[in-house]
Amino acid sequence: MSTRNATGETAAMLDLMHYDFMRNALTAGFLVSIACGVVGTLVVVNRLSFLAGGVAHAAYGGLGLSAFFGISPMAGTIPFSIVSSLLMGVASRRQKERSDTIIGVMWALGMAIGIILIDLKPGYFADLMSYLFGSILAVPHSSLYLMAALDCIILLIVVGLYKEFLSMSYDEEFALVSGVPVATLYYVMILLIALTVIMLIRVVGLILVIALCTIPASIAEMFTKDLRRMMAIATALGMFFTTGGLLLSYYCNLTSGATIIMVAGIFYVISFVVRSRRQNGMRQRCRDSATPRSGVTNP
Amino acid sequence: MTRPPAIEVSHVSYYFRNEAAVRDVSFSIEEGDFLGIIGPNGGGKTTLLRLILGVLKPDAGTIRLLGDHPATSRRSAGYVPQETSTNKEFPILVRDAVRMGLAAARGMGRQLTRENKTAADAMIDTVGLGALRNVTIGELSGGQRQKVLLARALVAKPKILFLDEPTASIDTTGTDEIYQHLERLNNAGTTVVLVSHNISVVSKYIKSVACINKELYFHADGKLDEATLTKTFGCPVDFVDHGVPHRVFHEHEKRHGGDRRHA
Repeated sequence: MSTRNATGETAAMLDLMHYDFMRNALTAGFLVSIACGVVGTLVVVNRLSFLAGGVAHAAYGGLGLSAFFGISPMAGTIPFSIVSSLLMGVASRRQKERSDTIIGVMWALGMAIGIILIDLKPGYFADLMSYLFGSILAVPHSSLYLMAALDCIILLIVVGLYKEFLSMSYDEEFALVSGVPVATLYYVMILLIALTVIMLIRVVGLILVIALCTIPASIAEMFTKDLRRMMAIATALGMFFTTGGLLLSYYCNLTSGATIIMVAGIFYVISFVVRSRRQNGMRQRCRDSATPRSGVTNP
Repeated sequence: MTRPPAIEVSHVSYYFRNEAAVRDVSFSIEEGDFLGIIGPNGGGKTTLLRLILGVLKPDAGTIRLLGDHPATSRRSAGYVPQETSTNKEFPILVRDAVRMGLAAARGMGRQLTRENKTAADAMIDTVGLGALRNVTIGELSGGQRQKVLLARALVAKPKILFLDEPTASIDTTGTDEIYQHLERLNNAGTTVVLVSHNISVVSKYIKSVACINKELYFHADGKLDEATLTKTFGCPVDFVDHGVPHRVFHEHEKRHGGDRRHA
């Protein structure tokens, strides 16, 4: 890339930053990435993506509840999601073999309740599409502060209880025996997931929250074997994906949320291929060094 | 001053759904013992271990660990789970896995101290993994991973150590190493409780033995007799004393392999 070209691009970007909505969107992307990078790492290593998806979808029931009773969306969604996430958490702990079914049922039921309640409320129109894909380009200033607060809470809890979370995630039974209160910790984690999901759905939509809670952390997991670093890398990747996706969507005139997910998804596939190749390479090297004398080549 | 038994199990039963996993089990051992719990696969060995550690709650009977309720006293216990039961894909370094052994003792929400970290490093050296401290557990062999789990349990200096099939994924040399280490610990006063389906190796080191196949037969002197083994394993066993005990093992491997093929 030539210098002139680069300066030109920088100028264009600075130009872009003059738009309030773009500045807010990029800031939102950064703030979302912190929450999703940290909580997403816990989701990925504890294999809770399905539960996160369940909480996110069931939250629509809370939205319907708010519409039905004419209260503010968060006033209905937060308690509804806390209850549904804890129920899913109980199911995944107590009924390990059947937890996916139970979560699946609650997932569908929550959405159905939401849609029916909104049907029953005459004259109320809720845009399901904006629930699914959000509108990162229309993030109000107040939401940014709320997200910053959420990030602080998450970081405070996860940094403070890092060694406990690590111990529980790696080997719950050992953690329990050694005296870590794993049950409490587990529900704290579920609540963190629920909080992250519902706060961010409002801002960037359900699909983007799930994407950013799983994709950056899974990519990070492929390239680091340290939970702390995984959280940092996932956050950085999230920031990269949201910024890249936003810019791309702006220049190509595409839906921002979907473009961010596309960027993230493409990188996921690339990293997956890179890692498989690297592993195959390693296996090949091991095989070669394991049979140096025989001279027999493996088929 | 009389010390309470290290473990006191009386009339304990535990059911999975409606099937007894452990039925009316009673035994007790003193501190300083080296107990081997042996029995066929699916005989309830691991269940019994988890009951004693308070991970599972008995449906009937009572359990005392170091004279107290397991949920309280297990903090003084070290636990080495089966290597295969842990997630080897988990992103964690050997160093951090061993430090976990001190997490609870240090206290909720508190960072490990420099001494904690030094102790963990020293324990990694003790089990012979000093060169692999900064390697991820996924890159280790099964046997090396087993040593990580051992180090993790030992770093907290437990009064009583529980091991579940500690040598299942280790070669013969590694197995001897681990048992010699356990013997040293036991001589230094640590009570050791070891679960295994491999009678041959266990019998060399243990002081007392319990055979379990739903029901439990306890021998405080550590000597096995043919009748007990037959009862426990549910089939006649060619029991040969310490000299050539491998035959016992092989007979069973064959038998179980056969069963699996039929299933």
